[in-house]
Amino acid sequence: MRPFDARRALLSLAAPVLALVVAFVITSIVLAAVGDPVGEVWKTILAVPKPRQTVNIVNAAVVFYLSAVAVAVGFRMNLFNIGVDGQYRVAVFAAAVFAGEGWLPGWLNILASLVVAMVVGGLWASIAAYLKVRRGVSEVISTIMLNAIATGVVSWLLLKVADRAQGSNSIQTRTIPESSQLQGFQLVPGATNRVYSLVFLAVLVGFLYWFVLGRTRFGFDLRATGRSESAAVASGVNVPRMVMTAMIASGALAGLVGMPLLFGQDYNYGTTFQSGLGFAGIAIALLGRNNAVGIAFASILWAFLDVQSNALQIQAGVAQELVNIIQGVILFAVVIAYELIRRADKRFEQSRVARELAAQRSSAPATEGAPA
Amino acid sequence: MHTTQAQHSASCIPREQETALRRTMKVAAVVSVAALALAACGSSGNDQPSGSGSSSSSGSAKKIKVGMAYDVGGRGDQSFNDSAAAGLDKAKSQLGVDAKEAAAVAGENEAARDERLQQLIDAGYTHIVAVGFAYAKAVGKAAKANKDVHFAIVDDASPDSKGDNVDQITFAENEGSFLVGAAAALKSKSGHIGFVGGVNVPLIKKFEAGYIAGAKAVNKDIKVDSQYLTQPPDFSGFGDPAKGKTAAEGMYQKGADVVYHAAGGSGGGVFTAAKAAGKLAIGVDSDQALTAPADVRSVILTSMIKKVDVAVYDFIKSAADGKELTGNKVYDLKAGGVDYATTGGKIDDIKSKLDAYKQQIIDGKITVPVTP
Repeated sequence: MRPFDARRALLSLAAPVLALVVAFVITSIVLAAVGDPVGEVWKTILAVPKPRQTVNIVNAAVVFYLSAVAVAVGFRMNLFNIGVDGQYRVAVFAAAVFAGEGWLPGWLNILASLVVAMVVGGLWASIAAYLKVRRGVSEVISTIMLNAIATGVVSWLLLKVADRAQGSNSIQTRTIPESSQLQGFQLVPGATNRVYSLVFLAVLVGFLYWFVLGRTRFGFDLRATGRSESAAVASGVNVPRMVMTAMIASGALAGLVGMPLLFGQDYNYGTTFQSGLGFAGIAIALLGRNNAVGIAFASILWAFLDVQSNALQIQAGVAQELVNIIQGVILFAVVIAYELIRRADKRFEQSRVARELAAQRSSAPATEGAPA
Repeated sequence: MHTTQAQHSASCIPREQETALRRTMKVAAVVSVAALALAACGSSGNDQPSGSGSSSSSGSAKKIKVGMAYDVGGRGDQSFNDSAAAGLDKAKSQLGVDAKEAAAVAGENEAARDERLQQLIDAGYTHIVAVGFAYAKAVGKAAKANKDVHFAIVDDASPDSKGDNVDQITFAENEGSFLVGAAAALKSKSGHIGFVGGVNVPLIKKFEAGYIAGAKAVNKDIKVDSQYLTQPPDFSGFGDPAKGKTAAEGMYQKGADVVYHAAGGSGGGVFTAAKAAGKLAIGVDSDQALTAPADVRSVILTSMIKKVDVAVYDFIKSAADGKELTGNKVYDLKAGGVDYATTGGKIDDIKSKLDAYKQQIIDGKITVPVTP
């Protein structure tokens, strides 16, 4: 059994590597086709990041990781929570308003705000969960619509509570008290900026995700429901309840997505807060195959591409959005590659079984000898 | 049953498919080696340009190098960013300055804005122009960290971006809007006019406030319809002609005969609607009777010109003359920062009345409100 696992590990590594190669080739073709400097672009993207950029990559990866795990919880039981984007925005807005009031001192304020964010994110997701369980509405449709509603609700409320500095044209919630602003860790030597203090939140969430889904009864039930609903019902799983729980858990985790940004960088929620994190999370969860460690690598790759792309306009004179092409192709290629690898793996498995069977029968005079 | 199936497929498929798979692997291997080789030369090569860039900046002291950081849309948006770009182009041709341009990506992280400014500074650019209030915090931080670099920020005068080496450029959009509001009221036959705002943010409210005040100064019973296309953080209202068209159509149908838009790229839709209804529209930011598509220019009564180009040019010119601009400079009617356009000759008959209002504002006899 041992050498077998090694081969399988190699195969699952081959998929992302293959996808990266394909993305590299296709992007190069696109660049060449429109007459952009191919070499210059790769030189910029693949340059060794400066310490400051390394910090940015880690920070961006932390946020992506939280988002991807939130999505992955749903994916593991075949629930497509497209609504992480809306859930995190509603949640971060609520948390920003709560934290901005500063009812509690320092760390307590932060912890309470994290709870507020999780509750609000979970509540927002529970709408879609309720619609699915009670009314049979596909969660894909309802979460997409809830994203649009979230945009409306948050902007309407933002205008109500907006705090606007003299001479400023942006609007935002009240800035959180200084005692609750996290200064970050000086993890990378030589960098002027710091890694978000809430990096540990991502680590914790990753660990809990791995532990709960892989090592508990609940996680087993959840995965079983995802694999085969009828089998899950047969083994005594209450499927509607499972849907509710998974969706709300996904939403609660989505609530945490904006927290490192809120407490480590922006200190309020406003018109310049980062958007689109939920959709990045979907891509990263797919790339990382819903695996706690896989998602971590995928987040770092995504963050690396995002941060490195910033120099494209300046160094290579190519639009920064190019990196969206690269990310898109990687995603496409990786999904296809996983499928190819899965088939190749199946074929190896089949021929192995065939060989073993042939070996068993080798006592009989006529041997078939499967081709190696 | 399982085993027979496996055996069957194993003995049946192998030859062609397996060689095909092997071939793919071989190709993949070759490409990945090439990718690694490229990556290696990329990382070793990149240190050169940034190194030489910074050394040249310290070498030639008086030479001005301008780094432009545009808002989302960048050069070519036919609106706000283009106006800034026009100022840069003038500086390039008249002063012979070096320039590098980069644009923001929609929904990006605060760190991405910091990084963009820092990249320009690292590349040796001595004067950084940040176009748009989203850069406020980023400019503030970069200005503190880089005392020898000079900054200009358009549309922000908040404490966030304040610094000894920062030129805060703001405009009295309300004053310019007052004049086009008066023009609209003077030209309206139905006593009913409209305002289409791109996104409901304080900046655009300033346009609305001035417009209404100007219209009421002419005809205190005039009816003004106001509509905003989107709510923040959804900024698509600045770039969605279809939304602009729908909003303006509604106003024309209800009896308005002049509609003023402060909606950037969405304004094209307002002009289309005016053309279809046989009514009039008012442009914004630049003289749109010159910049809009030729077939709709006939409906443009006038435009509220916001001279971002003048402000950007002033900043660069002044620096070239050895006098760095700092502090908040308000480009109002008095300073010639805002104005109304006369292209097309549609307001020639009321020009004297508008100029009288203009003079009254300049003299301080009329104070134009900033909120509706």
